[in-house]
Amino acid sequence: MVNILINSTNRLLVSVTILVLSCPVGAYAAEQVVLGGGDKPWWYWPLILFIFCFGLGILAVMAGVGGGVLYVPLVSGFFPFHIDFVRGVGLMVALAGALAAGPGLLRRNLANLRLALPVALIASTFSIIGAMLGLYLSALNPDIIQVCLGATIVGIAALLIFSKNSEKPIVTNQDAISHALGLGGVYWDEGARENVEWKTHRTVLGFFMFILIGLVAGMFGLGAGWANVPVLNLMMGAPLKISVATSKFLLSITDTSAAWIYMNRGCVIPLIGVPSIVGLMLGSLLGVRLLAIAKPKMIRYFVIVVLLFAGLKAMDKGLGLGLLG
Amino acid sequence: MTAQANLASRPSKEQVIYANILVIGVWIGLALLFVTYFIYLSGLMPSHVDMTLITQNWDKGVNEYLEITHSPHGWGWLALLGNGDFLNYIGLVFLALLTIVCYLVLIKGYVTKKDWIYAAIAFLEVAVLSIAASGLLGSGGH
Repeated sequence: MVNILINSTNRLLVSVTILVLSCPVGAYAAEQVVLGGGDKPWWYWPLILFIFCFGLGILAVMAGVGGGVLYVPLVSGFFPFHIDFVRGVGLMVALAGALAAGPGLLRRNLANLRLALPVALIASTFSIIGAMLGLYLSALNPDIIQVCLGATIVGIAALLIFSKNSEKPIVTNQDAISHALGLGGVYWDEGARENVEWKTHRTVLGFFMFILIGLVAGMFGLGAGWANVPVLNLMMGAPLKISVATSKFLLSITDTSAAWIYMNRGCVIPLIGVPSIVGLMLGSLLGVRLLAIAKPKMIRYFVIVVLLFAGLKAMDKGLGLGLLG
Repeated sequence: MTAQANLASRPSKEQVIYANILVIGVWIGLALLFVTYFIYLSGLMPSHVDMTLITQNWDKGVNEYLEITHSPHGWGWLALLGNGDFLNYIGLVFLALLTIVCYLVLIKGYVTKKDWIYAAIAFLEVAVLSIAASGLLGSGGH
């Protein structure tokens, strides 16, 4: 019975993989048709986008990355939308995913409000500046943003390859700011069947990093889970589970401020936005169910390869080299 | 889990309230997105921008797109709520406003507990998000 379940899950995963892999290719091929005169009906792209985002939602959950970090480079690289709209919707996608995940993480005390609130204030403030800077640069020349986005995505892929998380970092000396803010707590580790006490250190350095994270998140419309987790876990010493959950929750705040800037500028077109958000959220829900029986490590490697390709494609597009089609 | 361990790892009251508001808000937001998008696509209400015009111009920068489609920026969509396309903003804006609502509840909780540092942090966050939402920053498109 279990074998049948695993086999059918693996078949489903392969199908999803093929779907996601084939979608950019199909999208790119059709993009040429659109650019060359466009005989596609108006519903063609929203439908493709919905299916694509559904697959992306499954992959994102299983690879442990946010939807935005996959959505922005892939959609800007392979769909015919301007980078302004992709970034605006990318933030809404990341925001919706984080809002949906938030309640479960808060109730299980994995996402910690005391840790999240100060860093959210810093990141959300600077994500506004990042969003305004990003919109200014893309008004000057969208290729600047495309190249910088590509370089950032390649950097994120490298970070995913090389960063080694620490399950339960040892923090011997809690610094004064961490102590004053009460950055610590207790959570129940289901695997080890024990309560885990934790606290943080290097608070000033960690806060400074959230300035950079906010700027990058706002400028490129990326959710910043890929950066939040290493800073919270490796730099500030929060346990991995707390870091992952608090990071996901943080996105709901950081992305809100940047999303408002893009939305007020008119960068969220509902025809693109709604299928993206709904597709990714439904995909994430299925992804959470599949997570229990899938092999996340393989999916993670696959996503890293996709990210590398998407990053290089964005750089190629921005530089106008045409090496990747 | 022992009773003592259970107590230690229990989320704070504010966290639970925050989570409860989020869970209700997300489902309302999603329902709004579904309903308004259905109205939009089904043509039950007229669209301000023809869908073909959107697909012909979504490869242009936002300033050019707004100009061609005569679309507003900032909160200008409120005046166009009688159109199916701008009706979708109700769901999008609802989701984007959720965090501010949750934070307002947090402020009340922290003030009650006399946790002034966190009350101030939450208050500042509401201010930051409200300024971003107001359209005072960066809504000047053209």
